[in-house]
Amino acid sequence: MIATLLQLLPEADFLSPTIDWHAIAPEMVILVGSLVLILLDSFKLDKAKPFMPTLASLVLLGALIPVITLAIDGSTRVLFGGSYVVDSMSLVLKALFLVSAYIVVLMSTNYVADGDYWESEYYSLIVAAVLGMLVMCSARDLLMIFVALELLSIPAYMLAAWRKGDEKSNEAGLKYYLMGVFASAVLLYGMSLMYGVGRSTRLDVIAENLVRIGDGRGAPIVTLAMIFVIIGFAFKVSAVPFHTWAPDTYEGAPTPVTAFLAVASKTAGFVALIQIVFYCFAARPDIIQPVFAVLAILSMTVGNLIALKQTNVVRMLAYSGIAQAGFMLAPFAVIETNREQALSSIVIYLVIYAAMNLGAFAVIIAITRKTRSAEITSLGGLFSYMPGLTVVMTIFLASLAGIPPFGGWYAKFGVWQALIGGNTALGYGLAIIMAINTVVAAYYYLNVAKTMWFDEAPDGDTAPVKIPFTLIGAMGITVVATVMFGVLPGLLTNISDFSPVAAALGR
Amino acid sequence: MMNFLNDWGLVLTIFLPLAGALVMMAIPKQSEGAIKLVALGAPLAAAAMGILLMLNFDYGDSENLQFMVNRNWIELINSNFILGLDGLSLPLLALTLFIVPLVVIYSWQHVPNPGNPKAFFTLMLILETAMIGSFLAQDLILFFVFFEVTLLPMYFLIGVWGGEQRRYASIKFFLYTLFGSAFMIVAFVALYFLAKAPTGIALEQLRALGGSYADMQAGDPLRSFGMQALTYSGAAGIAKTTAIVIFGGMFLGFGIKVPMFPFHTWLPDAHTQAPTQGSVILAAVLLKLGTYGFIRIAIPILPVAARAWAPIIGILAVIGIIYGALGCLAQTDMKRLIAFSSVSHMGYTMLGISTLTAFGLNAAVFGMVAHGLITGLLFFIAGSVKERYHTLDIKRLGGLLVSAPKMGWILGFATMASLGLPGLAGFWGEFPAILAAYEPAVGLNVALFRTLMVLAAVGTVLAAGYLLWLYQRTAFGTPSEEFENDPNITDVNKFEWLAWSPIIAGIVILGFFPGLIFNVAGPAVEVIARTVGG
Repeated sequence: MIATLLQLLPEADFLSPTIDWHAIAPEMVILVGSLVLILLDSFKLDKAKPFMPTLASLVLLGALIPVITLAIDGSTRVLFGGSYVVDSMSLVLKALFLVSAYIVVLMSTNYVADGDYWESEYYSLIVAAVLGMLVMCSARDLLMIFVALELLSIPAYMLAAWRKGDEKSNEAGLKYYLMGVFASAVLLYGMSLMYGVGRSTRLDVIAENLVRIGDGRGAPIVTLAMIFVIIGFAFKVSAVPFHTWAPDTYEGAPTPVTAFLAVASKTAGFVALIQIVFYCFAARPDIIQPVFAVLAILSMTVGNLIALKQTNVVRMLAYSGIAQAGFMLAPFAVIETNREQALSSIVIYLVIYAAMNLGAFAVIIAITRKTRSAEITSLGGLFSYMPGLTVVMTIFLASLAGIPPFGGWYAKFGVWQALIGGNTALGYGLAIIMAINTVVAAYYYLNVAKTMWFDEAPDGDTAPVKIPFTLIGAMGITVVATVMFGVLPGLLTNISDFSPVAAALGR
Repeated sequence: MMNFLNDWGLVLTIFLPLAGALVMMAIPKQSEGAIKLVALGAPLAAAAMGILLMLNFDYGDSENLQFMVNRNWIELINSNFILGLDGLSLPLLALTLFIVPLVVIYSWQHVPNPGNPKAFFTLMLILETAMIGSFLAQDLILFFVFFEVTLLPMYFLIGVWGGEQRRYASIKFFLYTLFGSAFMIVAFVALYFLAKAPTGIALEQLRALGGSYADMQAGDPLRSFGMQALTYSGAAGIAKTTAIVIFGGMFLGFGIKVPMFPFHTWLPDAHTQAPTQGSVILAAVLLKLGTYGFIRIAIPILPVAARAWAPIIGILAVIGIIYGALGCLAQTDMKRLIAFSSVSHMGYTMLGISTLTAFGLNAAVFGMVAHGLITGLLFFIAGSVKERYHTLDIKRLGGLLVSAPKMGWILGFATMASLGLPGLAGFWGEFPAILAAYEPAVGLNVALFRTLMVLAAVGTVLAAGYLLWLYQRTAFGTPSEEFENDPNITDVNKFEWLAWSPIIAGIVILGFFPGLIFNVAGPAVEVIARTVGG
C-alpha cells in the first residue's frame, strides 16, 4: 500500500527541513514532559502520584527557560518554510500560556487530590493542552493552526468532565465536546474554502491572493470562508451568539479546569484569531470589520446583561468572561486604520485578563473549601472572618470592573485607545457602547464585593478555613501581577513592544 | 531644603497616607491604640509636608506650576507622572490636608458600627492619597487614575459603615460616578489623538516644555496627555463640533461628581446613608474633584467648546440652586436637608465657573473651600446629633440650645455661615459668584446670564429660609418629652471640640481675610480666563 503511494509521488528529492532546535525548544520541553508524566504514571502508579503536580510545574517552568533565552536573543526565527514563526509577540504569548498553566496547576494541587480524582492523567492532559497553545502562538499556516486547536481542545473536553460522579460535570464535558466539535467542523469547512481561493495553507500566501482576487471572481467565496473561520473561533472564545456552552461548562467543570478554560483556552482562541486576522484576513478589512463589530457589541452587551442576573459566582464569571471577550474583539473592528494599536491592545488585554481572572478563580477555590457552594449568597460575611481573602478578591473584582489602580483599567484603556485612534465612525461607536457596558459590568462585580463586605454570613458559621500554600502562591502571583500592571502599565507595554511585528505588518 | 521639596515634596504629600495605610495593614486588629496612632500620624505627616510646601511656595508666581515632578510612566502612550502645585491646586490641597486629620480625631472615640477601626482608617488613608493625587496630577491619565481610586474606598465606607439603606446608596454612588468617568476617559483618549500643536506664542510655550515638544511645528499631532501641553494647544486642530462633543464627555464625568442637576440624585442618598466621617469627606473634598476638573481640565483645554457649553452649564447651575433649595424645604431629615443644600451651594460654584471670567472662576475656587469647611462642619454636627438622639427626624428634634447649648450655638454658627452671612466664609463663595454673572465673558449672552444672576439671588433668599427654619425647628423651643431627661444627650465633648474648633476658626478667618484664597488662586484662574478669552 505505502509502496504504491510512494510510487505516485512526483520524482523529486525530499529535502528534510533544517530545524532550528532553539526556536522550538519550549515545545520540545513540553512534549517530552507530558510523555514523562504519562510514563511515570504507567510504571510507578500510586507511588508517583504525590509528585505529579510538582513535576508538571517543573515541566511548565522548564519550558519558560528557552522562551526567555529566545527573548534575550530577540531575533525573529522563521521555520518550516514560513509556516512556523517565533517572534517577540509569540514569545510573550507563550510565556503567558506557561505561567497561566503553572498557576492552574497550583490551583489544582489540593483540589484534585482532595476530590479523589485521577491525578496523573489530569496533569499530563493539562501539559498536553499547553503544547497545543504554544504551537498556536507560532503557527502561520491553516493546517498548523487547526492541529494546534485540536491539540489544545481535546484534553480540555476530557478535563471538563473530570468529576466523573457528578452529573453537572458530565453535562459540562459533553456540551463542551459537542459544541467544540461542531465549531471545528465549521472552521474546517471555512479553511477548506479558504484553501480553495487562497491556493495555499500559508497565511502570507493566502493574504497575497486575497488582495489579488479583490472584488473579482471568487470574492463571494472569500467572504463565506472568512465568516466560517471567524465563527469557528467565535465558539472557542465564547462570543455571542456562539457562547451557549460556556456557562454550563464553566459551572459543571472542576473549578481549576474552569479557570483553565476561561483563561488559557480562551486566550488560545484569541491567539488563533490574531494569527489569522492580522496576518491574512486583514487584506479584506471591509468584510471582517463589520463582522467583528457585531460580535463585539453582542458579546459585551448580552454577556453583561445576563451576568447581572446570575446567583452563582462561577456562572457570573462565565458571562462576565463573555462580555470581556466582547471588549477584546472590539479592536479587530478598527484593523484597517489602527492595526498596530489594535494588536497591542488585544495582547495586553489578554495578559491582564489572565492575571485577574485566574486570581478570581483561585480565590473562589479557596472560599469554596469552606462554603462548599459557589452561590454568591454563601460569600456573605466573608470580610468578618477572612478579611485577607476578601481584600484579594475585591482587588480582582475591581480589576475586572476596570477600576484603577488595578490592571483591568489599563486593558480597557488600551482598547479605547485603539478604537478611538482608528478615527472611524465604527470605532467611536464601539468606544461609546463599551463605556456604557463598563458601567453595567461594574454593577455585578460590585454585587459580589457587596455580599462579601456588607452582608452577614448566611449560616452564622464564621470559622476561618486553612488555605493550602499552593493556592496562596497562585493568589500571590496573580494579585502582584494585577496590581503591578495597573500601577506601572509601562512594564507591560515594554515587553509587548512588537516593533518587529509592526514593521512586518506595515507592508 | 528647596531641592528636597522640589524632588520629593509633592510625592511625599500624596503617598504618606498610603504608606500609613500599608503600615496599618501590618498591625494586628486587636491593637487599636497603634492603629489610631498611625491613622492620625500619616495624615498629620502629609499635612506637615503640605505646610512646608506652602511656606516655600512662591506666591508671586502662583500662576505657574511649582515643585514639579516629571517622570516617565507609560511610555507607549506618552503618559507621564507629572505633579505640580499652583494657585488653583493649593487651596484645595490645603483643604484636603486640613479636613482629613480632623475627621480622624472625630472618629477617635467612635468608629461607627460595625467597628473594625483597622479597615475603616485604612480605607480613609487610601482615600486621602487619591484625593491629594487628583489635585496635584498634571497628566490626564494620572488624574483619571487618582480620580477613580477615590471610588472604592468611599464605596466601602458607605456600604460597610453606613445607615439602613447603605447598600442601595453605595452602589448608586459608585455606578453614577463610574458612568461619568467612563465617558470622561473616552474624551481624554479622543483629545490625545486629535489635539495638534498650536501656532504663535502658544507654540513657543509648548516648545519650552522641552522633551518631545521641543521641535514641534504648528499642526503636528500632539499625542500627549499632559495638561500643560494640551492647555497650550487649546484644542488647536479640533473642529468646533468635535470639541463640543469631547467637552460633553468631560461634562458627564465632572458634572456627575459635582453633582449638577439633573445628575444629583446620587448625592442625597450617599450623604444620608454614609457614616458621618464619610459625609464630611464627601462634602468637603470629593465633590470638589468635579468643579476642579472643570476649571483645571475641561475649560482651558477646550476653550471654544467651553464657550458653547457655558450657557447650558449656567442654566443647569441655577436650576440646581433653586431645585436644591426647594428640595431642602421639603426634607424631614436633617442630614438629607444638608445634602440638598450641597446641591444648591455647588450650583453657585458652577454658576461662577460658567461665566468663564477670572472673577467668576476665583469665586468658584473660594466657594469650593468655603463649602468644604461649612458643609463639613454641618455634617459633623448632624453626626453628633444622631449619636445623641438616634434620629435626625427634624420633627422629633428641638430644644438643642436647652439640652446641649454649646452644640446648639455651633449649629447656629454653621447655618449662618452656610446661608452666606457677611464676615464668614460662605459669603465670599456665593456673593462674588452671583456678581460675576452680571458680566460674563465677552461673547456670552449677557441677558441670559443677568437673568441667571437674578434667579441665583432668589436662591440665597430660599437658602436663608431653609437654613433658619432648620435651626428654628432643631435648636429653639424646648426638648420634646422623649428626649427631655435623656442622659445620652450631652454637650460637645473634647474630641468634638478638637475636630470642630479648627474648622470654626477657618470659617471666621476666611470670612475676614478672603484675600488668603483670592490672591493665591487669582493669578492662576486669570491665565485660564485669558485662554477662553474672558
